[in-house]
Amino acid sequence: MANNTLKNAFMAAVLTAVIMMPVFGLQLIRQGVQTHLEPRWDIVGGAAAVVFVFQLIRPWLAAPLKRLKSHMPVLPSAPTKGRKWLILLIIAAAVIWPFFSGRSSVDIATLVLIYVMLGLGLNIVVGFAGLLDLGFVGFYAVGAYTYALLYHWAGWGFWEALPFSGAVSALFGFVLGFPVLRLRGDYLAIVTLGFGEIIRLLLINLNFFTGGPDGISGIPKPTVFGYEMTRRASEEGTQTFHQLMGWTFDNQHMVNYLYLMALVLALVTLFVSTRLIRMPVGRAWEALREDEIACRSLGLNPTRIKLSAFTLGAMFAGFGGAFFAARQGMVNPESFTFIESALILAIVVLGGMGSQIGVILAAILLTVLPEIAREFAEYRMLMFGLVMVLMMMWRPQGLLPMKRPQVELSK
Amino acid sequence: MSELIPQLTQQIFNGLSLGAIYALIAIGYTMVYGIIGMINFAHGEIYMIGAYVGLVTLTAIGTGSGLPLPFVIAAMLLVAIVVTGIYGFSVERVAYRPVRGSQRLVALISAIGMSIFLQNWVALGQGARDMAVPSLVSGSLQFHMGTDFDVTLPYSRIMIIVVTVLLMIALSLFIKYSRMGRASRACSQDMHMANLLGIDTNRVISFTFVLGAMLAAVGGVLIAITVGKLNPFIGFLAGIKAFTAAVLGGIGSIPGAMLGGVLLGLAETLAAAYISSQYKDIVAFALLVLILLFRPTGLLGKPEVEKV
Repeated sequence: MANNTLKNAFMAAVLTAVIMMPVFGLQLIRQGVQTHLEPRWDIVGGAAAVVFVFQLIRPWLAAPLKRLKSHMPVLPSAPTKGRKWLILLIIAAAVIWPFFSGRSSVDIATLVLIYVMLGLGLNIVVGFAGLLDLGFVGFYAVGAYTYALLYHWAGWGFWEALPFSGAVSALFGFVLGFPVLRLRGDYLAIVTLGFGEIIRLLLINLNFFTGGPDGISGIPKPTVFGYEMTRRASEEGTQTFHQLMGWTFDNQHMVNYLYLMALVLALVTLFVSTRLIRMPVGRAWEALREDEIACRSLGLNPTRIKLSAFTLGAMFAGFGGAFFAARQGMVNPESFTFIESALILAIVVLGGMGSQIGVILAAILLTVLPEIAREFAEYRMLMFGLVMVLMMMWRPQGLLPMKRPQVELSK
Repeated sequence: MSELIPQLTQQIFNGLSLGAIYALIAIGYTMVYGIIGMINFAHGEIYMIGAYVGLVTLTAIGTGSGLPLPFVIAAMLLVAIVVTGIYGFSVERVAYRPVRGSQRLVALISAIGMSIFLQNWVALGQGARDMAVPSLVSGSLQFHMGTDFDVTLPYSRIMIIVVTVLLMIALSLFIKYSRMGRASRACSQDMHMANLLGIDTNRVISFTFVLGAMLAAVGGVLIAITVGKLNPFIGFLAGIKAFTAAVLGGIGSIPGAMLGGVLLGLAETLAAAYISSQYKDIVAFALLVLILLFRPTGLLGKPEVEKV
């Protein structure tokens, strides 16, 4: 037994050394036109040693890990009494917070809220309905470009364009979803990935219309009930917001305003999806995710149910996109690559598919951590990949899975 | 108008060499899908790693070493095949075996995570920028076809086609006659039954991943020599396209993957030549969507019946 462990550990260490070798062990260094190799035996040896030791002690780790696994936190069922007050308190804290906080942290919080919104939107598709959508960022792009193009070609403002962004994205979701939702899980994932990429490639190549790779810039920020939040009004004779309120101009106002707007959008998404999941259509999503054949034999129309989830998810992505365009002031296809889809998916997966609190916490975690640990920025995507693999291995239901009343037949 | 024939010949040749690469990668997808029914999303990254291992080997030998060229290329291929095979083996062991038996989406998400991980793994080790690969095989065959336009067949692309054809023949014979090939065909028909009859299914699955990775590595090395540059992100697009090829030919079918690769290569090259080169990626993606919608079983695949 011990002999076997030793042999396995040795094999694992050798494999690790081979794996490390071409990537870290022999680093390609470019000097002008010449490329030469710089051997780094220390990294290879170190990694092999770590793996060797880990494999040796793994039998001892197995028992505590198993105990840990069965005692991981489950979403605490909030006390029904006073729950409303708790939620109101959290919301109030979130509303007041920016006025006592620095500009950069409010900015990051706004970004977090965009991801909360996107995560909650994707959660409807992936978590509730169980449809793996790898092209979610395509709908995000459609929303952002809808506002950008409406501004660029027709001079529309944010508030007029916002509903259109959601509607156009939802329309895209509906039209694209209609034919593909008959497909089985993994094929659906690949087709949506294809759609996401097609949308991005079209945005790059339709130069005359979308501005090509440079995108569209100079997109105005949202106004407050028609009053601009700039130092000077863009048109003569109109007032700006700070003039109306009698304040002196401060950039922080705009930052706070954007934060509050993102908060409202995120809360609306949260509210709508919480209500939806309790409605018949939400129940149907979950039933369909659990067993499609059983659903069909009970007379539910799978395509229609899936389509509703897909369309709604796309709509929220569209709202998020319009807000993103307004916040950035510019859009270009670079912002809508597959990596972005994977990031949103990682948020949903990490939080626990179907669990809204989990998704919100994961969005905060995955957005704030890279901002704090700037020096580890290179490792960010590496970590996302690793987190996705590890979560699937140890806790496919997510960090804070949704708790459902259930009865299981013992076999 | 008279230049149409030579130009078309040129495009078909280019398409064939591109398609050969797709076919090499597609076989990995199709074999894995045929046996455990999962999309190995990280397969494109395996191909990219193969290309990097080839470049590292080439740099270690040195371009001015004076060794004969076939020897250098053979060494690159050999090292890439071995190291990438080990990558294939380890990826399956680390990321896929623990989630085998759970839902399809769980395995797919794990594979996506692995794909992102491997991209950034290489970007971290070898830098995210383009790396130049010294050109080893230069020169080309020129054909004069009676018009101003001469058909040019670069030796590097001829090499791709020759190596791929040889490997395909070897693979077909291997799958047909060897013990392991028979075992893997048995597993793809009925995994449980094969297990009951004493086939070590875990070994067959590992072997499938290793074989797929080896073929992808050959593709990676050949394309690195031909194109002359690589970066850690080439695997994503190549992977999706090879997957398209596998689906086009009928996923699970090895001859289908070869056929699909060649057809996709031709479609892409012809689209680039006669429609617009900017739209060649869109053509591939659109083809993927259309096949999955209208003929999910592909050209040579068998329909899959879902059972309760």
